[in-house]
Amino acid sequence: MFKIIRKENLAENTKLFDIEAKSIAEKCLPGQFVILRLNEKGERIPLTIADFDRNKWVITIVVQEVGKTTFQLGEMNKGDEILDFIGPLGNPSEIEKFGEVVCIGGGVGIAPIYPIVRALKEKGNKITSIIGARSKNLLFWEEKMRNVSDKLIVMTDDGSYGRKGVVTLPLKEILDSEKIDRVIAIGPPVMMKFVAKTTMPYKVKTIASLNSIMVDGTGMCGACRCKIGEGTKFACVDGPEFDAHLVDFDLLMSRQKMYLNEEKKSLERYRVRE
Amino acid sequence: MKTPMPEQEPKERIKNFNEVTLGYDEEDAVKEAGRCLSCKKPVCVKGCPVEIDIPGFISFIKERKFDEAISKIKEKNSLPAICGRVCPQETQCEELCVLGKKNEPVAIGRLERFAADWERKNGIKPPQKVVPTGKKIAVIGSGPAGLTCAAELAKLGHNVTVFESLHKTGGVLMYGIPEFRMPKAVVEAEINYICSLGVEIHTDMVVGKSISADKLRKDFDAVFIGTGAGLPMFMRIPGENLNGVYSANEFLTRVNLMKAYRFPEYDTPVRIGKRVAVVGAGNVAMDSARTALRLGAEESIIVYRRSEKEMPARKEEVEHAKEEGVKFMLLTNPVKIFDDGQGFVKKMECIQMKLGEPDESGRRRPVPIKGSESTMDIDTVIVAIGQSPNPLVPRTMKGLEVGKHGNIIADEDGRTSVKGVFAGGDIATGAATVISAMGMGKKSATMIDKYVMEKK
Repeated sequence: MFKIIRKENLAENTKLFDIEAKSIAEKCLPGQFVILRLNEKGERIPLTIADFDRNKWVITIVVQEVGKTTFQLGEMNKGDEILDFIGPLGNPSEIEKFGEVVCIGGGVGIAPIYPIVRALKEKGNKITSIIGARSKNLLFWEEKMRNVSDKLIVMTDDGSYGRKGVVTLPLKEILDSEKIDRVIAIGPPVMMKFVAKTTMPYKVKTIASLNSIMVDGTGMCGACRCKIGEGTKFACVDGPEFDAHLVDFDLLMSRQKMYLNEEKKSLERYRVRE
Repeated sequence: MKTPMPEQEPKERIKNFNEVTLGYDEEDAVKEAGRCLSCKKPVCVKGCPVEIDIPGFISFIKERKFDEAISKIKEKNSLPAICGRVCPQETQCEELCVLGKKNEPVAIGRLERFAADWERKNGIKPPQKVVPTGKKIAVIGSGPAGLTCAAELAKLGHNVTVFESLHKTGGVLMYGIPEFRMPKAVVEAEINYICSLGVEIHTDMVVGKSISADKLRKDFDAVFIGTGAGLPMFMRIPGENLNGVYSANEFLTRVNLMKAYRFPEYDTPVRIGKRVAVVGAGNVAMDSARTALRLGAEESIIVYRRSEKEMPARKEEVEHAKEEGVKFMLLTNPVKIFDDGQGFVKKMECIQMKLGEPDESGRRRPVPIKGSESTMDIDTVIVAIGQSPNPLVPRTMKGLEVGKHGNIIADEDGRTSVKGVFAGGDIATGAATVISAMGMGKKSATMIDKYVMEKK
């Protein structure tokens, strides 16, 4: 059992949990993820590690409530326990001195981009971070991101905070005016797809962290398979980060819809309980 | 003739996930045991990879000493309720039974199962305490190979810790073989017995990720790797990534381990269409096809590129599948899967095959017949064409030699290229049977015992 030692409401339907998990905290690196199962009847869901504290044995996860399991987790509190918490899984991000790097976090993707930005900053990269969300009430970690970035740009689709528009808007401006060595994007697939499209003509190496459906997370089932270039890869063991210019994002988005009906049914059933 | 074993009627059983075969009662068991000739030099024992004293335990059943029968089995085998159910006895102990020459062999598997089930109903006897040796051994993987190795080592007084990546123990017994063939309560009871021998099991530990294999080598006197062949193979044909195409591993894991057949009571969903094609004809394919029927598929079709004779599945399982209404399209190979415009499977194009010259496996190689392509309407495809060894552990252990298929190279006794590291089961042999994995786990345990006791 894994104990929740802190809970924080970060934004609308977005919650942070600090979870005590010694062996994961000892080993994990930016870019890796965990799989959790809340209870005996629960499903296994993947969540990217948003932060970690090796001294306190703590793993931070940020969860957006979108379906049954995430709503159920959202109702859990400090002191409650999660049945299974497995990791660190997947390959760590490539952290080197690249030079000028643009890091983009969209929505709940702001959380997993944070440890990558921090690690890249420590390596001496010059970082421009772009964070974006549909509107102000979905944004979080502005200060935290500012502290590890050389420059931070905040975007909202509706203009309720920061600059109005999508993240590719400032990205294009930066690409037009500066030489960028690498772009890293984490967020909804549609966002990552357009980030890849934006950087493609500039031939800037672009990395995306894929959030496909997973079951075991250890490479034994292929539920998370995705098309990278001409080959099929398993996001859980070959990724989750890939060269965004090679990713078939349309397939990723299509595969994410595999269980829409079942997900709806499960959430409805959970909401009418008792 | 063997004393028949009662079974659920096909029409009934495809509506539930309960065990198909119901097992002998005491009268059936005593009657069947009475057929054994108690040979002085029993050849059946030679066919058993773990060398159970078969006439010994059967004699006790004859005398209604069921308690002593199970004790006799457990001298050699710590997982009898499992072996009695899933061993291919027809190619092992029962193949060699002298009665089989003229009549049917003694139903050794059914009797082993009876003894194990009898004990589970009447209370499992705690094992005898042994003197601890103070040696620490790590076992990676809690499938049949790892569990057997762990049990044998614990019986010898060693301190054994098992590391399992999933949240449940048992490997393929838990996630692969369906409830209707291998009830999970039976697996759990057998695993509890192994724990009562003093074996400690850590679940949720992905060796190679949560902890490195090299670290285990430093912290323990010896290591046994039994991580299996869990990596699914795909056909590499167009359309294979469409929604509705599952690897058998994913499909069976969702249903068995995550209990998706009880969705939404359990949270994990599984999607099954009206017409399901299962590609392949091994036990995994039969399990998938039969599971699909139980999830409500109207038609479940095995698509296999060779003929019935070459099918690798157990005869009994093929028979069960046929009784339940699984259809067989033989000498047929998929070439392309088409979508419905929404990203889901709609049709599958297949080509007819004929058998050519035998290949390395000795089976006749299937050759496509030009121009014989045809398309079938289908909404789910389950790919059950085999698994390859999982690379997570070999990747994190320095100096560990692997073969070209990713299998760990180990000798007959399980020794690998790294001193003190042993391997057995599917990770060494490639996908094989539960009992052959157990046999290797047991052999390795003997060698590990020798190794740690001689080591200063």
